[in-house]
Amino acid sequence: MELFKRETHIDFLGPRRIAAIISGVLIAISLVSLATRGLNFGIEFRGGVVLEAAFPEPIDLPPIRAGLEAAGFDRPIVQHFGSSKEVTVQLLPQDGAAAGSVRDSIMGVLQELEPGVELRRVEFVGPQVGKELQEQGALATLFALIMILAYVAFRFQWKFSVGAVAALVHDVIITLGFFSVTQLDFDLSVLAALLAVVGYSLNDTIVIFDRIRENMLRMRRKSTEDIMNASLNQTLSRTLITGLTTLLVLLALLFLGGEAVSGFAIALIVGIVVGTYSSIYVASATALSLKVSTLDVAPPPKEETPDALP
Amino acid sequence: MVLNRFPAWKNALIAGVILLGIVFALPNVFGDAPAVQVSDESGRPLDETAVTRVTRVLESAPIGYDAAYLDEDRVTVRFDDVEAQLEAVDRLRDELGRGFVVALTLAPRTPAFLRSLGLEPMSLGLDLRGGVYFLYEVDMDAAIGQALDRYEADFRTMLREERIRYKQVRRDGDVVRVVLDTEAEREAAADVVREADPQLVINEREAGDDFELAVRMSEQQVRERQDFAIEQNTITLRNRVNELGVAEPVVQRQGLDRIVVQLPGIQDPAQAERVLGATATLEFRLVDENNNAFEARERGRAPLGSQLYEDRNGQPVLLKREVIVTGDQLTGASAGFDQGQPAVFVNLDAKGARKMGETTRENLNKGMAVVFIEQKRETVEENGESREVTRTEEEVISVATIRGVFSNRFMITGLDPIEARDLALLLRAGSLAAPIYKVEERTIGPSLGQENIDRGFEAVLVGFLAVIVFMAVYYRVFGLIADLALLANLVLVVALLSMLQASLTLPGIAGIVLTVGMAVDANVLIFERIREELRNGNTPQAAIHSGYEKAFSSIADANITTLIAAVVLFTFGTGPIRGFAVTLSLGIITSMFTAILGTRAVVNALYGGKRVQSLPV
Repeated sequence: MELFKRETHIDFLGPRRIAAIISGVLIAISLVSLATRGLNFGIEFRGGVVLEAAFPEPIDLPPIRAGLEAAGFDRPIVQHFGSSKEVTVQLLPQDGAAAGSVRDSIMGVLQELEPGVELRRVEFVGPQVGKELQEQGALATLFALIMILAYVAFRFQWKFSVGAVAALVHDVIITLGFFSVTQLDFDLSVLAALLAVVGYSLNDTIVIFDRIRENMLRMRRKSTEDIMNASLNQTLSRTLITGLTTLLVLLALLFLGGEAVSGFAIALIVGIVVGTYSSIYVASATALSLKVSTLDVAPPPKEETPDALP
Repeated sequence: MVLNRFPAWKNALIAGVILLGIVFALPNVFGDAPAVQVSDESGRPLDETAVTRVTRVLESAPIGYDAAYLDEDRVTVRFDDVEAQLEAVDRLRDELGRGFVVALTLAPRTPAFLRSLGLEPMSLGLDLRGGVYFLYEVDMDAAIGQALDRYEADFRTMLREERIRYKQVRRDGDVVRVVLDTEAEREAAADVVREADPQLVINEREAGDDFELAVRMSEQQVRERQDFAIEQNTITLRNRVNELGVAEPVVQRQGLDRIVVQLPGIQDPAQAERVLGATATLEFRLVDENNNAFEARERGRAPLGSQLYEDRNGQPVLLKREVIVTGDQLTGASAGFDQGQPAVFVNLDAKGARKMGETTRENLNKGMAVVFIEQKRETVEENGESREVTRTEEEVISVATIRGVFSNRFMITGLDPIEARDLALLLRAGSLAAPIYKVEERTIGPSLGQENIDRGFEAVLVGFLAVIVFMAVYYRVFGLIADLALLANLVLVVALLSMLQASLTLPGIAGIVLTVGMAVDANVLIFERIREELRNGNTPQAAIHSGYEKAFSSIADANITTLIAAVVLFTFGTGPIRGFAVTLSLGIITSMFTAILGTRAVVNALYGGKRVQSLPV
């Protein structure tokens, strides 16, 4: 079976200006949203308590909320989780309350409503640790980008590595923007997914660049744009099939893996779609606009080089 | 040269690695059984004689067991059902007596021959099997403060002994100030301080008519003191965990001032926390009977040399500043009842006993009080910033008249039964050298853990099957070869995880799922390349050869960059992120092996060196 019966000849780079506008708009929306709404950080990053409990029967939320407020908790977030029998309670770092007793007081309130309630999960993160994790996370992303940039610069000519990094930054900003616009929880697993997106998108870009470099050596007569288009077409079925198989696995994770990994799966799905698009339109188009040419990958025919300039 | 033939050694190597992988992954297929774990209370390794002792207890009952063996300094006994397990725990706790920790656990049903080879199944993280993770921070300011308080008290006593008249000795932040009248006295006092501890840093100063010594700890002393505080606290926490009776606990120092505690399978995090984080300790002091406590409360100030407290009924009590004995000097403690009242029976060490003997002899018929001291941590909001502060709660739990001279054994009353039990446990396990505060907690209930395993397993299975079917349909025979490689990859990842005994967590499963998707990529690259070469009119043999060759640099580049991201994640990440990074890195390495070398070996065996007209790719 084949995706395309014949070799495709799609002019990918022709409409690159339209693509640039689309990317620009998406990035602008993401940046505005990040600046105004920010990310909905999970408690790992901002500190606080999340408690998950299972009731034997479906339970209404308002009495729980009222009970928690009566117990002195400030602005508790109470939600159903998975089913109407399961409930999560989220609290910001509490004023005046001893850290250790928060779990017990929440359970006390829940037990008053229904003695058969079962504690399923508690996560408590002190404000200090939350801040550290935020810093570590930002540092990790930055460091990963720098290391990858160094590797690509070592393997390819600099115009390519600029293109690759432009695509990466593009993907990271839009995925972050997606989490900002939707206000989905941004927790540690989403950060991990974001770095996996960086790896994946780069993967795609490198496969394409590899082919461009190879074709530049073979088709010296053609224009750079033609060479790039040919390379994109030659790698198209690989790009789509790898994206498809990865998506298959991620969809399984999203629908079957439970709430705990859903943020991770969503981030990767968004990232892979954006990453596949960006390796075609952002990475290659950037390298093209930097006037990358055959001369960049193959040294010009050897000439007599003067020993030293006067 | 014949194209597409591997030398025999290469085939043997590939087969060997996969065979080894199967052997290492094998212990994972047997599942778990209810078990009991017996370990030494003070952490000494147990030996075969302990195994015999345990089995003798069980055989005399008789309680049937499936297997009993030594496992990393501990005895593990496996049972067929939970009833036998619970019966055995009660029996063992009664018969083995003190000195042993008997805990409920799950043990893998690994057959003896695999165990004897040192093979174990993967260890599951807390999110998969349920349990508690605590991250504690040691209060270093308090640790230094305690040391300075001790210097302050020592200086007073020593100056008095040397008959040097001082105006004042007090701690002021990280400095102990000794204020004297004359320069000569200051010289003498400085000698005393130097003699007490030559490492202390002494600064001289004149303030008005006063001559002052400002004494502070040297940087090295501060470092040593901090190191001591965290080491001591780690030991104390380990003792307390042992008192709780948990199977396979982890207590580990992390970084400069933090301690990680992991308690798998614990059902009641509240009790664990009460015992672990408790900073409760005791002080014994004489009652100041020369002054009136009510008057002192009204004035809001205690007379010199005394301190004002409240007892449990809110009545004021004046106690002398000097502490007779502290909780550190206790060598044993047990909870019980005396004339129907809950009581804690304590033993003192030699130094404490001597001091207690002297004090009671000199103060017959006077009052002595027991002060219960506890550090509490609270979050306060200041200028919109959340910050944690420490508050010390001191309470007089009992005041009794000294009726006779006693030294090393006596009892404390005035507590309720639960307080008596917890206090006895804490006194036995030792007190913390400095207060600790919980800065992070993750508790996963056992039912959620099982659910996470089931869901994770299902997601891996469905994703895996979808990819397998897709590849077989799309690339036919070559797709099946890639599927075989995918399976081998999964086996190798499981084998490596079992070998390294790295905990498998839920994000770890996500990492495996991701590598499954990405492992396919290498094969997609190769097969697409082979198809292209065939389209360009190459022979099947040449297409296979150049397909693998040309795809290699793309595959290597792609995998190395992802590996870089994974290594960065591992370096900077904590807990759940690390689990993801580990499986991702392992998956990348094994997939390079199976997707390139593994599939090539099969392709070569099927088609290499033969006359083939077309390839089923």
